[in-house]
This record gives sequence, structure tokens and C-alpha cells, in this order.
Amino acid sequence: MKTKSKLNSNTLLLLITIALFFVLYAGGCIAYGAKGFTHFQTFLNVMITNAGLISVACGLTVVMLTAGIDISVGALVAMDCMLLAVGMQNGIGAIPMIILVLVIGLVFGAVQGYLVGYLQIQPFIVTMAGMFFARGMTAVICTDQVAITADTNQLFYDIANAKIILPFGGYTNNKGVYMAPFIRVGVVIALLVLLIIFLMLRYTKFGRSLYAVGGSEQSAAMMGLNVKMTKLKAHILCSFLASIGGICYCLNSMQGSVQQATGFEMDAISSSVIGGTLLTGGVGNVIGTFFGVLINGTISSIVKTNGKLASSWPNILTAALLFVFIVIQSIFAAIREKQKA
Amino acid sequence: MKKEKTFLQKVREWPLLLPVVALFLVMAVNIIYDAANGNNPFTFFMITLQNTTGNGTILYGRIIDILNRGSEAAILAIGMTLVVSSSAGTDISVGSVMALAASVCCVMLAGFGETSVTELRMPLIFGVIGGILIACVCGMFNGFLVAYLKIQPMVATLILFSAARAIGFLVNNNMIVYVRNDTFGKIGGFTGIIPTPIIIALVCVVLTALILKKTALGTYIQSVGINPKASRIAGLSSVAIIFMTYVICGFFAGVAGIVKASRITSADPNNVGLYMEMDAILAVALGGNSLGGGKFNLTGSIIGAYTIQAITTTLYALGVSTDQAPVFKAIIVIMIVAIQAPPVQAYFRKRRAAKLALQQEVA
Repeated sequence: MKTKSKLNSNTLLLLITIALFFVLYAGGCIAYGAKGFTHFQTFLNVMITNAGLISVACGLTVVMLTAGIDISVGALVAMDCMLLAVGMQNGIGAIPMIILVLVIGLVFGAVQGYLVGYLQIQPFIVTMAGMFFARGMTAVICTDQVAITADTNQLFYDIANAKIILPFGGYTNNKGVYMAPFIRVGVVIALLVLLIIFLMLRYTKFGRSLYAVGGSEQSAAMMGLNVKMTKLKAHILCSFLASIGGICYCLNSMQGSVQQATGFEMDAISSSVIGGTLLTGGVGNVIGTFFGVLINGTISSIVKTNGKLASSWPNILTAALLFVFIVIQSIFAAIREKQKA
Repeated sequence: MKKEKTFLQKVREWPLLLPVVALFLVMAVNIIYDAANGNNPFTFFMITLQNTTGNGTILYGRIIDILNRGSEAAILAIGMTLVVSSSAGTDISVGSVMALAASVCCVMLAGFGETSVTELRMPLIFGVIGGILIACVCGMFNGFLVAYLKIQPMVATLILFSAARAIGFLVNNNMIVYVRNDTFGKIGGFTGIIPTPIIIALVCVVLTALILKKTALGTYIQSVGINPKASRIAGLSSVAIIFMTYVICGFFAGVAGIVKASRITSADPNNVGLYMEMDAILAVALGGNSLGGGKFNLTGSIIGAYTIQAITTTLYALGVSTDQAPVFKAIIVIMIVAIQAPPVQAYFRKRRAAKLALQQEVA
């Protein structure tokens, strides 16, 4: 009986998130229908812009399930972009650079995971140091803005500009030309990541142990789970996904700079929280996170389409949403406490 | 039978050991670097009087510079120490709140709507109070979420972390508001020969220390941090005390924001207080305070704040660029927290015990 009510409140949160996304999007369609908001492509553009964020937020959800946090992801994305840009400028191929970036993600995650899991230092402090380190290393690699063009690396340029045309949802514009909707490679990567992480969390032993460790560390240890190892693995996975996100991000921005992706970690955290992941651990789902990212993306898309609103409005609106969701979560938690008592 | 503690044991248990050792290390690096470059090895400690065109005769030297520029971090560290102690969490919004307070203060002084003024449109005190008031409101918001709604401090303050800076932009109408006025510039400038921020930081620290020592507030905060339930049963209102620490933290963020705004004679929401929350949290950790709440050591946090500034200044003196300095900061942070980590401490204790056992066996 108790477990049922708990499940209900969590599913309810997820449903609220999904409903909110549709309400927001419908609101955008009604208000800015004339400016092309109703086109399927607008939705796809939200996905294209936020492909990197989807992957990074999935990684953060994994860490947050273990009641941890990782604020180094934004800086890691910046470092990845810089590495890709500088590496390819110096004549190294796209494939070796991508592999190098992914390996760096694994190592970065392993160091952070070891410090969090085995040395029992607070995740916030460890990843804050990680953030400083990655952001500083970006500057050590190069302090200039490095652009990736067709001259630097043809293959990477082609991947970034490849259009995957969808067979449905097109429209004919004023001049009578059929505009086919398209997505980019980054979206495919992000959706694949989403699917794999969703299945992993649901059906694998590692996925379930993440929930167990986040729910109660002591119970998990008593059940015979290796808590330290689980935390280490969670951090490795998070940094690895952040690196994948970094590559997707780079495919969009096509440059490396020190100031890139500042505040990215907070976007990812707020997406996860809006999507119903509890920061106390043990509760959450990447589907919710996905809708959290879409809500964030829709808000900035609406503000951009309006054109007159100040650029700081997306931040304020996201923060307001975050506030609402956190309050709802805390009310649910209070109800649950009462039911227990 | 209790044995008298040896001098070494006393030193080992001294709470200020870590920050003081770190500070000495930084000084040593400076001395070695200066000596290696053929300069006077004690350049670091030299304080001279210098004539400047803008400020008249002022104190000049690397130590003065560190004390001056470290003021904001020190002021923030006071509030952060109390928040960490009472709620076992950190307030990550202080940097953004600094930016918001600076914006409100400058916009008020510029008479709402002007982007660049040289004369104050209203008395200085109104702007200062306005900035500090808005920061206190931010503190109340954080405190309400943490104390009354029982939300994790980091999540609760995440809201203002992203919103306060954005609201600062709205207040400023997306512009940088310049207040190039001597009276306003004094807050971040010089009073006589001493930099004013040093005086402000000193006043803040002394006042807080007096209040914590003379009233029972300090003890209350610690007891709430150690065990909120037990404190409530003992008759303390844990909720009210946690709420209050957040308001205090907001207040000091406001003060720091105004000092920073005066130092650059403008309100630039993009850069005021950027990464300052990290410096403040680091100062608390470096000061030997547990981030898990409970007992706190204000002196440690203050020394921690100045140590961080000393590290930054030293790195610049060594020729490391502003963007690259975080790498070294990160390595230092990790080394410090790794030494304090429970498993490492347990390992050292075990080795000491083994050594002691060996000695007794020999005897």
C-alpha cells in the first residue's frame, strides 16, 4: 500500500512535467503561430540546440540518483570543445580526437569517482575542484577562440552540417518550396544515449543498484552492494556522457573558447530536478530529465521568437519553474512522511 | 591514567593548523621565488608609503594588496561559515546575490535609468541600504526554502544562483551602470592611507565575533548543526536559527557586493561576484570547518579566505594568467580535502598507533 502511494506521487510529478511541456509549447504556438512556431521544425530546432544538454543531463541524473552531484560537467564540455578545436587545427584527424576526448572523460570521471567513493569527500567539493581544473585546463590549452571550419577538418565539418531529413511533418513556405524537416547528427547521438541510459536504469543490475545506493547507503551496503564502486562507476558514466555531450555541443558551436558552456552544469541540474529527480537520491528517471531539457529549450525558444524580451528572462523563468517544482517535491515528501507516521 | 599531551600532539590538534600551514607555504613560495630572481627575498612582506595621483599617499605592498582584494571573500566567508555550521549545506547563491546587490545599489545611486553618472542622485546611504536590503530579502528566500520547506541547501540556493544575476540584468536594463563618483568610490578605495575594504572586513568580522561570543547565538548555531532534533527538544527553534543564518549570509553578500561595485565604480552583473561562492566555500573548508555542519571556527574561515587570495596573488606574480590560475587552485583544494578525508585520517591514525605499539614493545 505504502509503496503504491510513493510510486503514484513520483509518476504524478513526471506527468506534471510532461503536461507542463505541452502547455508551454501550446502557449508558444498560440502566441507566436504567425512567426512559425507551429512548424515541426521549431520543435526539432529545440532538439538540435539542446542535443548536448540532453546527454549531459542524463549523466547528471545518474549521479544524482546516488545522492551525489557533479558541477564539473560544464567546464568539461568547454575543455572537450577546446581540445577538439585545437587538436584538429594541428592536423590530427577527427576520429582520434573524438576518441581522445571520450578517454579523457573516462579518466576525469574515474578520478572524481575515486575521491567521492573511496575517500568519502563531498561530491560538491570534488566536482567544484574538477570544474576549476577543467576550466583552467581549457585556458592552458589555448586562450583564444578557435573556430572549426571546413579547412581545419573536412570530416568533422561534414558531420556537423549533415542534415538527416525526416519523411514527415514538412510544410510549403510562402514561395511554394517544400521545406523538409531535418535533424542533425547530435540529436541522433543524444536520443541513443537517452534510450541506452533509460534501459540501463530500468533493467540492469548496475542501474538498480544506483537507486538502492541513493535510497539508503546503509541498506544498500547491508544488502551486499559495493557502495563505493557504484559511486565510482556513476561518476565515470557521468563524465563520459558529459564528453559525448561535449562533442554534440561542439558540433553545434563549431569552436573552442574558454568562456564556452558557462552555467551549463546548472542547466543540466535544473533540467533533472524539473524532470522529477530528487537531489536526495533514489528517485528519478531520464524520461523526466528529457522533458526537463525540452522545457528549458522551449522557454528560451519562446523568448528568442518574441525578440523583445530581455535575454535574462529564460534564466529567471527557469529558476521560477525550478522553485515551483522544488516546492511541489517538498510537499509530496511531507505528505509521505505523514503517511508513514 | 591520562598522559600529559606532548607539544607535537597539541600542535596536531590545533584547529587552525591547516589554514596557517597553507598560508606559510604560500609565503615560502613567494620568498623562494623572489630570492631566485635576485630580488630582495622579503619583497612579499614589504609595506611602503607611496604617492599616487588619484588617492594621495597610500600604503603599498603585496600584503596590503592581498588584504585589500581578499576582503570580499572574507566578508562572504563569515556568512558562509554560519550557514555551513547550522544547515550542513552551502549557499551557492552568494556570488549572484552580490551582483544583484551591486546592481540595485548603482541603479539607485544613478537615479533609475541613467547608465553613467558622475554625481549621486540620492544620498549614498540610501543606495547602500537598498543593496543590502535586497540581499537580505534573497537570504530570507533561501532561508525560507531551507528552514521551513526542508529543501537541501544546495538545491534551494540553486534557484537564486541562476535567477539573482538575471534579475540584476533586468534591474540594470541589460546595461553596465557606471557611478564614477568619489564618495561612492571611497567604499572600495582608500580611507586615509588604508584601503577601505580592509576596514569594512575588519568591522564585519569583529562585530560578528562579538555577537557570537557575547550572546549564546554561536552555541545555538553549533548545536542546531550538530543535531537539529535534539536542539529542538532542548527548547531551541532550529527552524528560526537556520533561517537567521541564511539572512545573515545574504546580508554579508550584500555588503561584499557593494564593496565590489565601488571598487570597479560600476555594476556589471556579468562579472561582479563571479565564482565568489566557490571562494567562500573554499575558505570555509580550508579553515578546517567540516562541511557536514556542527562546530565552526570563524578565525579559520577568515584566514582561509586570505590564504586563497594570497594563492591567487602569488600565482599572478609567478606569471600565471587569470584564466589558467583555476588549475592550481583545483589541485590545492583536492590536496587539502584529501588530507582531511576520513579514510586517509584513519590510515594515519593506524600508522601512528602501530608505531606507538612498537615503541612500547621495545621499552
